[in-house]
Amino acid sequence: MIKELVIVSGKGGTGKTSVTASFAVLAAGHAVLADCDVDAADLHLVLTPHDTTTTEFKSGHEAVIQPGKCKGCGLCAAYCRYGAVKALKRPFGKPLYAVDPLACEGCGVCFRFCPTGAVAFPERLCGQRMVSETRCGTMVHARLGAAAENSGKLVASVRQEARRLAEESGKTLLITDGPPGIGCPVIASLTGASHALIVTEPTVSGEHDLERVLALTKHFGIPVSVCVNKWDINPLMTERIETLVRTHGAQSAGRIRYDRAVTTAQVKGKAVVEMASPAADDIKNVWAKLNP
Amino acid sequence: MIVSVASGKGGTGKTTVAVNLASTQGSRIRLLDCDVEEPNARLFFKGAACGHPETVTRPIPEVDEGQCDGCGECSRFCEFKALAVLGRRVLVFPELCHGCGGCMRVCPKGAIREIPKRIGTVSIHTADGLSVVEGRLDVGVAMAPPLIHAVKRKALASEKGDTILDAPPGTACPVTATLHGSDYVLLVTEPTPFGLHDLTLAVEMVRELKLPFGVVINRADSGDDRVREYCRKEWITVLAEIPDDRRIAEAYSRGELLVEALPEYRTLFKHLWDKVRGQS
Repeated sequence: MIKELVIVSGKGGTGKTSVTASFAVLAAGHAVLADCDVDAADLHLVLTPHDTTTTEFKSGHEAVIQPGKCKGCGLCAAYCRYGAVKALKRPFGKPLYAVDPLACEGCGVCFRFCPTGAVAFPERLCGQRMVSETRCGTMVHARLGAAAENSGKLVASVRQEARRLAEESGKTLLITDGPPGIGCPVIASLTGASHALIVTEPTVSGEHDLERVLALTKHFGIPVSVCVNKWDINPLMTERIETLVRTHGAQSAGRIRYDRAVTTAQVKGKAVVEMASPAADDIKNVWAKLNP
Repeated sequence: MIVSVASGKGGTGKTTVAVNLASTQGSRIRLLDCDVEEPNARLFFKGAACGHPETVTRPIPEVDEGQCDGCGECSRFCEFKALAVLGRRVLVFPELCHGCGGCMRVCPKGAIREIPKRIGTVSIHTADGLSVVEGRLDVGVAMAPPLIHAVKRKALASEKGDTILDAPPGTACPVTATLHGSDYVLLVTEPTPFGLHDLTLAVEMVRELKLPFGVVINRADSGDDRVREYCRKEWITVLAEIPDDRRIAEAYSRGELLVEALPEYRTLFKHLWDKVRGQS
């Protein structure tokens, strides 16, 4: 049975990736790693992957109007719910229509209903999925195309591949770095996970966002632990958050001190626990408490 | 003028920049919180009068079982697998539906109509003449863009004027939904390897969207010099640098506006706004 620990946060920038990279080191080669923050992936900056194999990630389709075949009737623009079909007015004759690929959701309505068959509907390239080796074991990561759609599907594909590789190599643990927020890519990162660790910070925003992500993990029935990063920035707020955690029936996984060593480690391309510091000790304690 | 504050990486200080910029301009400005998954801007305007939240819905299909003969045309058409035929019954999965309306159009029996499904709320809060329009996605709802569009419709339909949009982190569809139609984008970053990497992704995105932009470096001097070097090399304007001051982090943690807790930073945000106006 493979266990999967997903690290999320609600609010961005609370230290998810610094904690995940440290966990990867502490797992000492026993885990497969997955970076599911596909539109701002950073784990590779610490784990310095090599021997990468890249797979193009195609998902869904996009509509393209072929100018030669378009008679300018405008049905596509009338039917499109996303305002993705733009009319280019011409001084004479009917306007020319074109699809804005950034607004197109790939529903296929224009493709289906165009009376002259002028809409092509090719597969859409959304990004790349990569499998690499790192000093902490195999890592699956991805890169979403700039301004691309379908991040949830790319996340699902990263997790699926990581699980397959874990099964293949007999590893029993997956460590997954999740995205911020509570929407589509977060839901895709959390569904079916064995445990979630929420990394939060003692700020009003951190508290507010924690409550929403706790509601989400509850919604999906995932057991959850919470750790407060930079806890000494506001000790009172830390206590308030830990009370909140208890009332939600979640576990407290400990505190991590505000420590400039965290940034220093990042600048050197190292995980926090690879250099001696008070924050490194705190992260080791969180790991021991989670005992994944 | 419409200015979006975005970042790539989360937690670099988007909301800090957005709320403090808005606050120095007072009643002349509207602030739109488009980070609908985790809306925080309002937390910094304590005592703001809260408007009644309006429910936002999007259309999902409803199948009339009396008219449906289970032909399956709708589920074959749906690109998002939001409809499935089980025997002669059609199952609808609202969380997968993008609301394109295609199933309704292709149904040969006319058995499908659309019903509204709640995805969240939009509310307007006012503090000292400043209005904050907040979108709040319901927990468990996956798709943020339709709600972001609702926030923008609500705010931008009423009156023209200076508007600041607090964008969600990342570079995916919720961000492009926010940035679309902006006159200028402020990219907030921090001088760390994560900050730099995500800034380069954000720059790629705004260039793809063909929007003018500039950079704000937050917690300047906390890491290294590579963000500044990158901006120099790419001819990107650095409009402001906010120092790495623990007092800022502490004021932020208590939900205080920086320009009120530490008034010496007022000028920084006033100048930043002037520069943004001068840039576009």
